[in-house]
Amino acid sequence: MIPLSWYLIVAAGLFVVGIFGVLTRKNLIGILMGVELMLNAVNINLLAFWSYLYPQSLSGLTFVAVVFVAAAAEAAVGLALIISIYRRRTTVNAEEINLLRG
Amino acid sequence: MDFLRDPYTFVANRFQEFLTGLGLAPEWVLFISFLTGAFILATSAMLLVTMLIWIERKIVARVQDRFGPNRVGPWGIFQSFADLIKIFTKEMITPTGSDWLPYNLAPVLAVSAVLTVWAVLPFTVTFYGVNLSVGVLFVIALGAVGEMGIILAGWGSNNKYALLAAFRAIAQLISYGVPLAITMLIPVMFSGSMALNDIVLAQDVWYIFLAPLVALIFFVTNLAEIGRAPFDLVEAESELVSGFNVEYSGLKFGMFYVAEFLHALTVSLIFATLFLGGWRGPGAVEYPVLGIVYYTLKTSLVYFLIILLRASLPRFRIDQMMAINWKLLIPLSLSLLMLTALVYRLVFTQPHIVRVLVLLAVNGIVFGVLNLILARVEKRNSRRPLVAEPRPVARAESISSNTPVE
Amino acid sequence: MTPLQIVFLLVAAITLFSAVMVVSIRGMMHAALFLVLTLMGVAFMFATLGSRFFAIIQILVYIGSIAILIIFAVMLTRNIMDAEVASLNRGWWFFAPLALLIFASIVLVLSSWSAFATLRDLSSTSGENILEFGKALTDPNGFVIPFEVASVLLVAAMVGAVYIAMERRGGRG
Repeated sequence: MIPLSWYLIVAAGLFVVGIFGVLTRKNLIGILMGVELMLNAVNINLLAFWSYLYPQSLSGLTFVAVVFVAAAAEAAVGLALIISIYRRRTTVNAEEINLLRG
Repeated sequence: MDFLRDPYTFVANRFQEFLTGLGLAPEWVLFISFLTGAFILATSAMLLVTMLIWIERKIVARVQDRFGPNRVGPWGIFQSFADLIKIFTKEMITPTGSDWLPYNLAPVLAVSAVLTVWAVLPFTVTFYGVNLSVGVLFVIALGAVGEMGIILAGWGSNNKYALLAAFRAIAQLISYGVPLAITMLIPVMFSGSMALNDIVLAQDVWYIFLAPLVALIFFVTNLAEIGRAPFDLVEAESELVSGFNVEYSGLKFGMFYVAEFLHALTVSLIFATLFLGGWRGPGAVEYPVLGIVYYTLKTSLVYFLIILLRASLPRFRIDQMMAINWKLLIPLSLSLLMLTALVYRLVFTQPHIVRVLVLLAVNGIVFGVLNLILARVEKRNSRRPLVAEPRPVARAESISSNTPVE
Repeated sequence: MTPLQIVFLLVAAITLFSAVMVVSIRGMMHAALFLVLTLMGVAFMFATLGSRFFAIIQILVYIGSIAILIIFAVMLTRNIMDAEVASLNRGWWFFAPLALLIFASIVLVLSSWSAFATLRDLSSTSGENILEFGKALTDPNGFVIPFEVASVLLVAAMVGAVYIAMERRGGRG
């Protein structure tokens, strides 16, 4: 059977890649994709610990469900914001959206 | 005798004994037997589709007062195989500027998304791929994979019309996915399980009698999901060249074509499972081989209805298609879901006949109210009917009498 | 090596590779398609963890809704980020070693933990009990408050998204 460590390493890898995407992507949608990767890594971790340590408890599953809802809400609002910004400033480049820089 | 009663279990057990006899580990035995089963099921599904294409062409031709295919073999029965050979030998053209991986992955996804549904369908009491505890959700989720195939096809072929058609198809599929999911909840609610075989086992009364309106909505929604007439906007030739598959030729086009027919068959199977009692019938539990006969009969009834509708109804406009979904199907299915849940809870302990009568009465009332509302909406939006004014007509007698035509 | 382990390693490699492609490839459309591949891999991992429900929900929610939403957004904002502009900002050479460092330190911390190589408990392979989970979500002694908060969040997000993305007529805003 698959050891717990494999899941944790994959999740850590996904999370780090997601952080890298969030920090370095110029495109706003690319940043959002990085956030999705991080949320997925969190979900793998939650389900892995649920499955290996507390399979009878339902708290882990509830956590995962809430993360799913948060991810869906975040994607919907985030993409709506990006489309709105694109409509006004015709750019989705995070470096060009600097109106508040003064 | 055992073989005749339940051939599937007999063969499966013999096969597993054989593999164990070869000295394989149990998990490898499981792996190989599932792989073999999936291969056989997929192949027979594909073979079935070649026959279905012939049947469909024949029925549509009969409705339209034509002969249909009648050259290859008796009654043209080998027409599909001739087409198959033609499609195999055709050149597969890859358009310039196409995105290689999405372009080639799309037809594969389109077929496999439909074919994977067969893994959870119960064909008899013992014959199913897996009685997945989330079978209903699985069916809905595979719809999402099919959508991905359409997006890939539209994007990959580097063609404006393909992309537009893909957008349109996705809009249609996502919109109709909402009432589809809601109506699929009702059999789940009645049976208390999401596993398809458990839903069939719980159907002492076919659910179409408990929720006829829901079954109707489910049927209409599925027509839209498979993109058949009257919802075949995806391939509206007069507006989009041929849909998201314009740029595909040869075998790749053939895969989209097969996927469409397979999808129609699959939704008939799902409808029969959820609302018509699946494999159930007299003696189907004792003699599982009978189950497949009942299942085939029920499925062919649904499939025949789909073909008949395709042959007889014109296509909706895109705004009409959206209005039907968002203004009629979704509110109706939501209110039916709540009403059915409430009423079913109240009559839960009653015998079957009382449940059926009460739920039929509820459905009748809903239908009556719906009819009243629709009639009022119709009256408010009524326009002058577009009928031609009486016009002067050139008739033989008016010419012969030399009187000027008015 | 059991067949499951071989398949897992394969899927994990594909998942991590496509995740790297998501953050590094130039065209946003390709990044979105690689994101779909990553999400598929994650769904597979949920399935091997014995949670069929969340494996299916992953496909339904992430691939069926979020990925398609992202693809639509990419197509609506296309042709601005053309291929000549670098897709990563100037700091990437600093962040790439940093990310590797974080990954290495996570692995290091984990490997010093005694329960790192725990084998899976066989009793949980039959999958989660969805019936119990559903009851717990609507049970006042269970998780009814997270459930309701999540549904309020979803409604708020839906209303907000529609309001933000709506094209206002009449030049206001």
